[in-house]
Amino acid sequence: MREVAVIGAGMTKFGERWDTSFRDLCTEAGIAALEDANVAGEQIDALFVGSMSAGRFVGQEHVGALVADYVGLGGDLHVPATRVEAACASGGLAFRQAVAAVSSGMSDVVIAAGVEKMTDVGDSTDVLAGAADREWESFAGATFPGLYAMIACDYMHKYGLTREQLAQVAVKNHFHGARNPFAHFQNEITQSTVMNSTLVASPLRLFDCSPVSDGAAVVVVCPLEKAREFTDTPIKVLASAQAGDTIALHDRPDFSTMGATVAAGNSAFRQAKLERKDIDFVEVHDCFTIAELCAIEDLGFVPKGTAGKFTEQGETQLGGKLPVNTSGGLKACGHPVGATGIKQIWEVVQQLRGEGGKRQVEGAEIGMTQNVGGTGATVVSHIFGRA
Amino acid sequence: MTVARFWREIPQRYNLVGTKCEVCGDVFFPPRAICPHCRRDGKIVPCQCSGKGKVLTYSVLSAASDQFSALKPYVLAIIELEEGTRVTSHLICEPEEVHIGMPVKSVFRVLDREGSDGIIHYGTKFVPDL
Repeated sequence: MREVAVIGAGMTKFGERWDTSFRDLCTEAGIAALEDANVAGEQIDALFVGSMSAGRFVGQEHVGALVADYVGLGGDLHVPATRVEAACASGGLAFRQAVAAVSSGMSDVVIAAGVEKMTDVGDSTDVLAGAADREWESFAGATFPGLYAMIACDYMHKYGLTREQLAQVAVKNHFHGARNPFAHFQNEITQSTVMNSTLVASPLRLFDCSPVSDGAAVVVVCPLEKAREFTDTPIKVLASAQAGDTIALHDRPDFSTMGATVAAGNSAFRQAKLERKDIDFVEVHDCFTIAELCAIEDLGFVPKGTAGKFTEQGETQLGGKLPVNTSGGLKACGHPVGATGIKQIWEVVQQLRGEGGKRQVEGAEIGMTQNVGGTGATVVSHIFGRA
Repeated sequence: MTVARFWREIPQRYNLVGTKCEVCGDVFFPPRAICPHCRRDGKIVPCQCSGKGKVLTYSVLSAASDQFSALKPYVLAIIELEEGTRVTSHLICEPEEVHIGMPVKSVFRVLDREGSDGIIHYGTKFVPDL
């Protein structure tokens, strides 16, 4: 198995990109990543595209080929392109396929892209509900806010989490988003913004929920030993982990613990031969505020039931013990579902290169990502370090 | 949902017919064809659930997909049935009424109508078991 490095990263601004189509989002992020990596089309061996539901969002399947074609890799170069899907973990999983392709020796320079165009459809709630068990959750009236609200209800009942602590997750992520020029929302908010926002699914309110966004993100990987041919600042992939769980939330023994996050996190730390204290910052899957609290507990950074207090004390904000979601997270940076997993890696690359600007984590050397599909039936986690 | 997609699950949706693994004793609703614990060593048979259970967790939904929009606000709950298995369901009660541990029982209700001239889907929902 060869060691793998990220040699380039690019993303579009996330948001309601009414003027930009699915394919143009991919092109915008792709060009940015290829320029960053200083890679020419002829050098690219393969492309993996993460997209949750292009078929329902824009009526387009076969998006691997579409993206390859419109970034200029299809017609003349015939680069093999593969679409990867694991609901909101599609991006993270596309990256993992790219890492596997390079690590195995099958390919040298590989692109991992993530994209979603969500605002071209009216009932996005129903499209997203396809990430749960359509027959036995969605058809019973479950929505994604509803499912995560049931996690929050269980968590609050068990651990006495306060509404203010939950709101602070969104406040903190907007603070970070306000420092990220690519974020969907670049405004700071207060706890009262969250607590006075409209109820979506009790106890979750509008500002507990990530938005419906358009966007794409792209990274380029190659063998570590060749990385310096392309860049002076390669980022080494220290671990690539994935774990699964039951498709339906109701089949989990503990609704407040994402078993796949625990499993993927443990695997990642084993691979990287690192301990929790070695991680300088983490990008986690805060599709809803409650999910961020569960994530930092299930990855083992804080004991179960204490993430609310940890957040309230400012430890997950820039300058705290463990900055979480410096990109703004899904809440403020936005959540074009297939793109999110790659955007997390893009943010880790910015931080490890010291290019985080106003949101730079001082002395960042090791960063981690956690990308969730559905309510945790797929979790993908990676650890990165400066090479 | 097409007629066939709904029709093939009528016993399950109308009458809470799940399955049971005769080897480990676990009951599955929604039904499973393979026991996730015993896998190929298990033996799956049909199992009629009683319909009695309790609320494990819940949410009151004020926003929904177009299909469920008319019900807003409605209570969504994960219910643990007497047999030990769990089901996600619409719980028919006042939003203020629901709480963790609340006893509930199944009822036969309309789940969904496909427009004014489409088919009507019937199935199981839950109500408080007073």
